[in-house]
Amino acid sequence: MTILTLAKGLNEGLRRAMEDDPKVVIMGEDVGKLGGVFRVTDGLQKDFGEDRVIDTPLAESGIVGTAIGLAMRGFRPVCEIQFDGFVFPAFDQIVTQLAKMHNRSAGNVPMPVTIRIPFGGGIGAVEHHSESPEALFCHTAGLKVVACSNSVDAYFMVQQAIAADDPVIFFEPKRRYWEKADVDTARTPDALHTARVIRPGADVTVLAYGPMVKTAMDAATAAEADGHDLEVIDLRTLSPLDMTTVLDSVRHTGRCVVVHEAPGNVGLGAEVAARVTEDAFYSLEAPVLRVTGFDTPYPASRLEEDYLPDLDRVLDAVDRSLAF
Amino acid sequence: MGIGDSFVTAGDLDAERLTTINPDPESVQLLTPEGERVEHPDYEISLSDAEYCGLYRDLVMVRRIDVEATALQRQGELGIWASLLGQEAAQVGSGRAMAPDDMAFPTYREHGVAWCRDVDPLVLLGLFRGTNLGGWDPRAHNFGLYTIVIGSQTLHATGYAMGIQRDGGENAVIAYFGDGASSQGDVNEAFVYAAVYNAPVIFFCQNNQWAISEPLDRQTRIPLYRRASGFGFPGVRVDGNDVLAVYAVTKAALDDARSGQGPRLIEAYTYRMGAHTTSDDPTRYRLAAELEAWRLKDPLERMRSFLYKQQLAEKSFFDDLDAEADDLARNLRRACREMPDPRPLEMFAHAYSDTPPLLAEQRDRFGTYLGSFAEEVAR
Repeated sequence: MTILTLAKGLNEGLRRAMEDDPKVVIMGEDVGKLGGVFRVTDGLQKDFGEDRVIDTPLAESGIVGTAIGLAMRGFRPVCEIQFDGFVFPAFDQIVTQLAKMHNRSAGNVPMPVTIRIPFGGGIGAVEHHSESPEALFCHTAGLKVVACSNSVDAYFMVQQAIAADDPVIFFEPKRRYWEKADVDTARTPDALHTARVIRPGADVTVLAYGPMVKTAMDAATAAEADGHDLEVIDLRTLSPLDMTTVLDSVRHTGRCVVVHEAPGNVGLGAEVAARVTEDAFYSLEAPVLRVTGFDTPYPASRLEEDYLPDLDRVLDAVDRSLAF
Repeated sequence: MGIGDSFVTAGDLDAERLTTINPDPESVQLLTPEGERVEHPDYEISLSDAEYCGLYRDLVMVRRIDVEATALQRQGELGIWASLLGQEAAQVGSGRAMAPDDMAFPTYREHGVAWCRDVDPLVLLGLFRGTNLGGWDPRAHNFGLYTIVIGSQTLHATGYAMGIQRDGGENAVIAYFGDGASSQGDVNEAFVYAAVYNAPVIFFCQNNQWAISEPLDRQTRIPLYRRASGFGFPGVRVDGNDVLAVYAVTKAALDDARSGQGPRLIEAYTYRMGAHTTSDDPTRYRLAAELEAWRLKDPLERMRSFLYKQQLAEKSFFDDLDAEADDLARNLRRACREMPDPRPLEMFAHAYSDTPPLLAEQRDRFGTYLGSFAEEVAR
């Protein structure tokens, strides 16, 4: 066992992927000497060289567009987008090319490209540095979308994403980069596209992913004092969703609260609510409730504590669910 | 002063355009529009008689496929067709300059390059008929899939070239694009990436003067080939209707790229003789006189004159070629009409390399739903 921060877990996962497969290349802005603005790629260029850890020009469409070409040549590019709000110059390449290439080619051209995006707020940043755009990618057929929430998943999931033959949008909870956990690198990880029950409970299912997993766990601890037994699920995979794990849980709790930082309107919570309603209607004791960011642009950072779901807002939703 | 007084009139613009299509002294030419061989200090070409005849055959076949496809669209067999009429020399010259291992990334109009890369014309028709989205294996032909979002493929080509630099390949890449695409951010980003990494990629711009209805002066204030110097690599303009010049210039550029000299920009100065696609009506925005001026520069006619004047081919060669082209067109027409529609559940097959459980569930439900109609009919 080694104690690693989430950022270091990613770093070790990337290192392992590069050792295992010489076709893995990392590309992005400042990923080389600097090691990325969050130091996730720290030391990799020194050990693997400039041809495999590529400092790119400051042009995100170029990062993803050239990654597509590298993938066609047999490489497994891992692109770093520096911040969530900067992915949009690359959005065209991701949606019109990366997501569609395998289908367009009738299966002849795999697209093993991983796009790492630090996402979410809570770090007091200026505009465009705190967003949660995951639903945009989940809505795009041809992409797979995952979010890690802790050091162990960071280490394993990034390797699994890189090994996948489909494009994976890999969301990293930037405000949790410095959270630590024991990582047993020798264990066998769960499959990439599975959710995980991280706290069993009987009363309400609370679904979260990325940075909100810790918030949900804190809420579950607090709820104990009120005599409520929450079951917390880390969704981990946002597209495709692992509805088997979700439905199993909701069928025994009868109640479901979905938590995310992204705005509620047409977000992951809406999709989960619709599916739970379709497939577990008779198990539900209450409507599926959502605790999300508001349907506004992300606010100035002095307001972000009001914007972001926190322990109390989760508990408020739990109470509303139990009151039905 | 009236509202329109400060504007140049449409008539003035058209007159100005007619002067800009006069022979450009900076443009590389090896064959005049009359079919006379001329020399150029930097580029030479020396092919066998059979190779000259082969280039002419390519031009004829490619045009015949294009004419047939336009007819098939008019008859309702294709949803749309993007004609390459007038651009045959730019495509055949560059396509034949490639070595087998070189990789090409096309737009959606590179039917002539597809021909050079042995892509079955029927598969191309399938895309425009709506039976596939591309569907050929890029690796089998070293020819990428048609790309409809303007300019996207130039970045793919650059990335592919960066891959060649990393795996020790000795090949080079051609990125095809048009004058309209030169305004796209992706094309400019591709120039930056290719330049800073010194990637072995040739940016081959077919300047056909029109981006649907927008003339070249809506894309640029300087000749496009000169854009390259701002990015730090050489650019050259070639007479795009001269198959020999295009061949020579492209071959030299590919050789340079393969030997580690980095990217090149080639501007093939040509003209889109047809509409943008079969859905377009160019009479709304351009004059017939412009078309007539370019008709005198036809890429097939000048090569035909060259073969005659140099006595490289007998009359029987031309007769046989016409018969071969007609045969190809006849077979293509028949095969196109017989091309089956894909089956509904096939749309689920390649969305991912595997089919995720929820998608499989959606597919199966739809299959059951479709099946219910058959049951109803049986009842």
